[in-house]
Amino acid sequence: MTRIATLSRYEMLLFWRNRTALATAVLLPVATVGTLITLEDGAAGPTDGAGLLIALVGLMLLLVVYYNLVSTYVARREERVLKRLRAGEVTDGEILAGTAVPAVVIALGQMAIMAGGFGAFLPLPLPVNPLVLIIGLAGAVVLLVGLAVISSTFTRNVEMAQISTLPVLLVCSVGSGLFIPITELPGQLATVARFLPFSPAIELIRLGWLGTADDSAATDFLGVLSRAAGPAAILAGWVSMGVVGVRRWFRWEPRS
Amino acid sequence: MFGGARAAGNAIEVRGLVRRYGGPTRFEAVRGVSFQVARGELFALLGTNGAGKTSTLEVVEGLARPSAGEVRVLGYDPFVDRAKVRPRIGIMLQEGGFPPDLTVVETVRMWAGLLSRSQPVGVVLDLVRLDHRADVPVRQLSGGERRRLDLAVAVLGRPDVLFLDEPTTGLDPESRRDTWQFIRTLLHDGVTVALTTHYLDEAQELADQLAIMHQGTVVASGTVTEVIAAHPARISFTLPAGAAPLPDLPHARLPTRPDARPNQGEPSQRVTLHTTALQDTLTALLTWAAQAEIRLGGLDARPASLEEAFLAIADNDRSPEVAA
Repeated sequence: MTRIATLSRYEMLLFWRNRTALATAVLLPVATVGTLITLEDGAAGPTDGAGLLIALVGLMLLLVVYYNLVSTYVARREERVLKRLRAGEVTDGEILAGTAVPAVVIALGQMAIMAGGFGAFLPLPLPVNPLVLIIGLAGAVVLLVGLAVISSTFTRNVEMAQISTLPVLLVCSVGSGLFIPITELPGQLATVARFLPFSPAIELIRLGWLGTADDSAATDFLGVLSRAAGPAAILAGWVSMGVVGVRRWFRWEPRS
Repeated sequence: MFGGARAAGNAIEVRGLVRRYGGPTRFEAVRGVSFQVARGELFALLGTNGAGKTSTLEVVEGLARPSAGEVRVLGYDPFVDRAKVRPRIGIMLQEGGFPPDLTVVETVRMWAGLLSRSQPVGVVLDLVRLDHRADVPVRQLSGGERRRLDLAVAVLGRPDVLFLDEPTTGLDPESRRDTWQFIRTLLHDGVTVALTTHYLDEAQELADQLAIMHQGTVVASGTVTEVIAAHPARISFTLPAGAAPLPDLPHARLPTRPDARPNQGEPSQRVTLHTTALQDTLTALLTWAAQAEIRLGGLDARPASLEEAFLAIADNDRSPEVAA
């Protein structure tokens, strides 16, 4: 644990010194939120506000955790930092986790700020089932870190990350209904979308907060628990596949 | 504190090590290498580029699993028992691997936070003479300074066994001597060192035991004296056209090539002799040349050295190709 803390402290320092990454991670979400708040000005009920906030949370997780971490893992691999660390006492898991911590902390911090900022402008409901909400958030973070590790394997250099991340970004944002609700997708597509990696995480967040993830009426704490079983199982499936993928494909040093 | 009775003698034991790389080519980089390193000794793995030195060392360090064979470091399997071995070894890879945007002192502090028995950061920076560069970002360091930073990190955890992959490659002569002195200090403190190098003088200077690798196998091994002894001194000269045939010289051996024995009446030719007693052979040769009034052109006599041994091994391998 202290070794993860050490790694993440210096990774945070590197993040602070990398002005490009810093600007992308901090300014992009701020700008997005600003734009959306002005668009949403004088909008309808509290559920709409929360729905929008959830979409932003999803988007930010994708950009700050997934996209940003792909670049970081690739950079550390190409600098041979990962290989060097592996020659020390730290375990593989500690190296990957320690590198991921800053991005996750920044994303969570921004979410908190965003929720605060949102709350000041729009009425937000209290979460129906905070447990499911937190499981959804945690699952999303673990899944995206795993996806970032796997994507980095297929990314030759930091510049390539701009392209190599597009498929996952697209599938995850559209598939989980961040822009258009899944229910408005044509029949078959909607079913497929529910099974995509990021969709169950967003579904859990919606369920936990709003008591419903689609057009159906909101339910209570226990109702949410039973509705959450399906997406939680799908998410767990994706996370375990991610772990297998990381073990199988991850490369610790540059291709020679 | 050491791992029981097994670890009493040798710090490193390698038996029949084979390392294959995956892929369609199934390249076999290490083909059955064995050696031992006694506690407190320095073992040098010599060889040209691509001989398999780094591939071997990586398995001994526990960075990779052997395809076949057995490796023991301090009595443990370095790959399987990584958690037991790592806290007691230090590794310096062939190429750095430090984030360029951290300063020297930040890099060492970070590593100190990752080790279970770290020395004070300042002490180690003093040892490798990087104290005056502490606040310089790694990206601004010279090649030699990076190598020293690497060395600092490798010894930071007070290792019992230290692995150095080409520790002085790219260093200027003065820094090389500094590094040698530093390594001698570690040996004096009882640290076991395994290093790879393609500098023969480095092995001659530091090694208690050495092995010369060529194309994935060990082709010569032993103490420096033993390896040199197995490879004789060399005398070469040009015999002028029309000179008398060479007499039989004491302790000398002519290369076995059919055209090697010079005959009278042929044009001048280059002759190389191997000898186990350089002075005796040379005296006989020069006496003969003086009496026969023959001038030996480009006379060159080299004592046995690791370099000669090394070249002989490399030559042995090349000659079939030349003949083909």
